[in-house]
Amino acid sequence: MARVRFTANLERHVAAPTAEVAGETVCAALETVFQANPLLRGYVVDERGALRKHMLIFINGEQIADREKLSDKVGPTDEIFVLQALSGG
Amino acid sequence: MSDRIWVGTKKGIFEVERGAGGWRIVKTHFLADDTSMFLSDPRSGTLLAALDHGHFGAKMHRSGDGGKTWQEVGVPEYPPQPDGEVEKDNWGKPWAWKLIRVWALEPGHKSQPGVIWCGTLPGGLFRSRDNGATWQIIDTLWNNPMRKGWFGGGADYPGIHSVCVDPRDGRHVHVGVSCGGVWATEDDGQTWNCRADGMRAAYMPPEKAYEPNIQDPHIVVQCPARPEAMWAQHHNGIFRTTDGAKSWQEIKEAGPSVFGFAVAVHPRNPDLAWFVPAQKDEKRIPVDGKVVVTRTRDGGKTFEVLRNGLPQDHAYDLVYRHALAIDETGDRLVFGSTTGSCWISENQGDSWSCLSTHLPPIRCIKFG
Repeated sequence: MARVRFTANLERHVAAPTAEVAGETVCAALETVFQANPLLRGYVVDERGALRKHMLIFINGEQIADREKLSDKVGPTDEIFVLQALSGG
Repeated sequence: MSDRIWVGTKKGIFEVERGAGGWRIVKTHFLADDTSMFLSDPRSGTLLAALDHGHFGAKMHRSGDGGKTWQEVGVPEYPPQPDGEVEKDNWGKPWAWKLIRVWALEPGHKSQPGVIWCGTLPGGLFRSRDNGATWQIIDTLWNNPMRKGWFGGGADYPGIHSVCVDPRDGRHVHVGVSCGGVWATEDDGQTWNCRADGMRAAYMPPEKAYEPNIQDPHIVVQCPARPEAMWAQHHNGIFRTTDGAKSWQEIKEAGPSVFGFAVAVHPRNPDLAWFVPAQKDEKRIPVDGKVVVTRTRDGGKTFEVLRNGLPQDHAYDLVYRHALAIDETGDRLVFGSTTGSCWISENQGDSWSCLSTHLPPIRCIKFG
């Protein structure tokens, strides 16, 4: 089971607890999380399922390559970290 | 008469109430969150707040108890983009069909409870039939081939900022587009026509200046008692129609400037309208550093310049298109600026009192 962690900044808007999920890709792993927590989906991906522009996903510290379809492979002991890029305002 | 004002800002929503001591801020909502639009629906009392979380996207929250509690509801979602369908921005860069910002929220006709209209960037018009819980795109407008002739003005993408529902007939709706002119349906959205004949775009090559589908009305408002009378504060001037947008007439003189973003029309008198001018397109500041409101009582033939209670020395407040509002009596007006100042009048603009000069940048203001 891969572990999915979310930036703590999300907690101000929506519950985003760490989850242990199955899934061979980032997309599949996140889909499992979103099915249990539907409100979280729109905060991470847009209506096309693509990663939001100012969001980042790392697998074991390496940024994913496919931000559109989230097809990067995930192993059973991997850690997926969903966080936000920094910006001002 | 409305004793409540909602001020939507870059850092939250401020609820303002008129009590014995005058107007004051009584509550904050979504403090620190960017509020792109707000609706207080007079038919049901429903409140809708459109937030723009930046990193986390645009979100909508609804309250059925006057803002005591809020629930997150659905946001407008664009249809899947067909394979091979490519749309490009002003710089030739492809863009995807996805929600960027909620830019207009208006109640449907009184005979259509639960209907709410929503304009968005990029260029979307949506309708909810369940008080904002879910939204459906008006695909007859989205799929209209002329829609691809729209372009961004200020924003990178075209956007629908104005929705005017005819009080006589809820099937008759006008929308304002930056930059895409004014569009009208008379059959509840089944068919649409561009109605910007007479508008002039000084920013286009001369041969395209009068093309309806590239006009940039910053905001379009409709007189509720005389819906065929509408006003548009356009990118390079003020335009008025008295025939339901079939033809528009340009107003070339209006006090210190015809440039600006906001306009309000009296609810019963179509000739009475207010504007908050800025110097010009390239210098978006009040003329001579003096904040003024201009008012016409004769359909744009003449204008008064109203400044009683407004700063007249080194004031650089710019007023966005949704940041001027009028109440249902037509006596009370309120406007707010990008520098966080907010002024209220109870006598049609003859005099103004300052609510605050320290709010965050103000994006939208509504009575109700």
